[in-house]
Amino acid sequence: MPIKSYLAHPHDGKKEQLLQDLSIIQECEVLPAENRDILILVTDTKDDHSEVELEKKLKTIKSLKLLAMVSGFNSKQN
Amino acid sequence: MYTSLTNRREFIKKMAKLSAMAAAASMFPGIIFAEEQEAGIPADAKLDWKKGPCRFCGVGCGILVGTENGKAVAVKGDPKCEVNKGLLCVKGYHQTMCVQARDRLTHALVKKNGRYVKTPIDEALDLVASKMKETIEKHGKDSVAMYTSGQSTIPEGYVASKLMKGAIGTNNLECNARLCMASAVAGFLTTFGTDEPMGCYEDIDHADYFVTWGNNMAEMHPVLFSRMLEQKSTRGAKIIDFATRTSRSSGASDRSILFEPQTDLAVANAICYEIINNNWMNKSFVEKHCNFSKGLTNMGYGTEDKYKFSDKPEKVDFEAYKEFLKDYTPEKVAKYSKVSVKDIKYLAAIYGDPNKKVVSYWCMGVNQHTRGTWMNNLIYNMHLLTGKISQPGNGPFSLTGQPSACGTAREVGTFTHKLPKGVVMNEKHRRLAAKIWKVPYENIPSKPTYHTTEMFRAVDRGDIKFIWTQVTNPLVSLPKTSRYRPGMQKDSCFVVVSDVFPTPTSDVADVILPASWHIEKGGIYGNSERRTQYWDQMVEAPGEATPDAWMTIEIAKRMGFGELFPYTRENHVDEIYNEYRQFHEGVKHGMAPLDVLKKESGVIWPYVDGKSTQWRFNATYDPACDNGEDFHFYGKPDGRAIIWLRPFEPAAESPDDEYPFWLNTGRVVEHWHTGSMTRRIPVLHQAMPAAYVEFHPDDAKKLGVRNGEKIKVSSRRGSCILPASINERGLPTRGQVFVPFFDENMLINDVTLDAFCPISKEPDFKKCAVKVEKA
Repeated sequence: MPIKSYLAHPHDGKKEQLLQDLSIIQECEVLPAENRDILILVTDTKDDHSEVELEKKLKTIKSLKLLAMVSGFNSKQN
Repeated sequence: MYTSLTNRREFIKKMAKLSAMAAAASMFPGIIFAEEQEAGIPADAKLDWKKGPCRFCGVGCGILVGTENGKAVAVKGDPKCEVNKGLLCVKGYHQTMCVQARDRLTHALVKKNGRYVKTPIDEALDLVASKMKETIEKHGKDSVAMYTSGQSTIPEGYVASKLMKGAIGTNNLECNARLCMASAVAGFLTTFGTDEPMGCYEDIDHADYFVTWGNNMAEMHPVLFSRMLEQKSTRGAKIIDFATRTSRSSGASDRSILFEPQTDLAVANAICYEIINNNWMNKSFVEKHCNFSKGLTNMGYGTEDKYKFSDKPEKVDFEAYKEFLKDYTPEKVAKYSKVSVKDIKYLAAIYGDPNKKVVSYWCMGVNQHTRGTWMNNLIYNMHLLTGKISQPGNGPFSLTGQPSACGTAREVGTFTHKLPKGVVMNEKHRRLAAKIWKVPYENIPSKPTYHTTEMFRAVDRGDIKFIWTQVTNPLVSLPKTSRYRPGMQKDSCFVVVSDVFPTPTSDVADVILPASWHIEKGGIYGNSERRTQYWDQMVEAPGEATPDAWMTIEIAKRMGFGELFPYTRENHVDEIYNEYRQFHEGVKHGMAPLDVLKKESGVIWPYVDGKSTQWRFNATYDPACDNGEDFHFYGKPDGRAIIWLRPFEPAAESPDDEYPFWLNTGRVVEHWHTGSMTRRIPVLHQAMPAAYVEFHPDDAKKLGVRNGEKIKVSSRRGSCILPASINERGLPTRGQVFVPFFDENMLINDVTLDAFCPISKEPDFKKCAVKVEKA
């Protein structure tokens, strides 16, 4: 159900790595900034449990320095 | 309407992404997400990219608008534009989305029996012209007025001036730039004898220090601030934020120094005291290029109707200046400014260090000030005393709020006292205008009439019986709207409002004229750095929406002035510019010809021998310098700039037992001024849907106020109910609350005071006394 958006800050010099790390996660859509070391992350999970699991997975990504949430929506799954 | 879950989910994902983009743009001004900029553009799209300036703010970023099948489908920063080098802020990127708003004004509306009736534009223009004519016949020329904008294009301002001053023969022409830039103009004229900054944005690439005076650039001028941040990270340039509220700019600066409202006057003098006391003064520069003067003091604040003031400058010597500054030692000033002695000395040392280049930036904090002209003078004093002026990376730079506050309001001169060149009080200037306009010289009155505040007081009093507003929303943006809204609702005044969308001002109109938006017409703007920017019409306007300049011309024709306005609808922008350009011929203000403007992404004036003049008054760069010295302040008859003795005086209204808080008002990055455009852009509206009242956490705790709780903010003029905001966007100092003014549902200007600077007549929106209570 949840759709959330975040600003994802990579560790120094790890922007490309973070882009790759996030892109391979099915529930993640990533949009890198052209001129800043920052990425927009939109997550789309089927239920609260999946959301918790995804959050755990995100915390293990070494190239990720900080994840700042911007918005969260609850919408019926397709 | 049925919406599938798939579509809805995709829509929500898009909104989530856009919210994040808005947040990123606020935190990192100038951030670009190229992939998103191209998203939504069909793969086989053959877009026609057209250049122009951004519609919002005075920075003047170059934009490229992608059009397809007559619709604007994409916007991106113009990488060839020297102003923004391809960057855009969140407002700039989303700007064209407002034209799709469902409540767009597409046809004229005429009030009949209390209801608005859709009316053919020609019929509505007939009515406006006949009402204007009839009012003049019955009550005289000074019973009609026009109130225009720093967002009007140069041609729009020019034809308004020609109609009112040249054809009708009244100086009842004002514009909303009086609310934002008049103190800057008065500051330039009193110190240098000529308006507008001497430097340019390229100063950012050279300065070692940026000192921002009451100026939240991260939100108000985000692209310039991002250029400063870039210099901070690449060259180690330092940003010093001097303000009354901790803002996003403070967070990104190297140092944030807070001061008690109004005491910037005293701190500026204390800095000058330190510069002289430490022998940091550039003696040879001051001896060669400066005079000292003092003016009248205790001038009052203009809160009473028909207030008049004229300064009486008196030349003094350096010893008198030194004596004057003895009241402003850091120790004395620290006691009431709440700026420590150490911080005052720190600021002085920045200006005083001969090896460091310093640019001072300011905008509304300094200008919207009951002593705004004085504050402008005092910032110039620091730069003149140290000789840090008119050189790459060294200079005072007054930023504008609106996209053509300089180009239209100041250069064309849509103020009561102004002409396209010079002022109505000057016979030579009137004769030049009469010659170019082909009107009898006697047509142009020699006395200014109403400045903005007094104009709306005259409407309220019944002295003005017809007013036409264009490109502005005064019933949200004026101070003390609690008086001026009922004033405009009175039957004694016929109100015409030209706009793109309905606003609280159009709500009181007798006739609403539908205006073309920015890219639906051709136009010319002039930005903060004297850059003139041209654009062609990019898309058609809906319905009968018409360019403002053309509506003015149509009214002029209907009033019998047709031969003075011989322009063609297709080419009126070019024809008007070519006529206007004659006013500024010469090395001091020469403007680029049209073919150059059409090619370039803006050109800085004076444009001399095919070249922009980036730093005026410096003989190395400015061909107008002809005194044989390295600098020449040629705006003054003796070529010298003036260092002014301007004291500290208290605000018009200060907190007391009954109204114990300062009220400060301002803007947010997501919204342009009164929000009539940006609140119709979904992503911006969603990012900042409503106004709020910011508290210092200690005050909130003392009052037991929680975040989001409804608070009534009241003054002696009126009240406004808003949700509390604690530790969110900004942090006012203790004893102060801050409210943004973009929200027409929460009219904070019902609360503000219409006190103004007696010299510039610019109101102070930053300081009045209020009480706050739970609603």
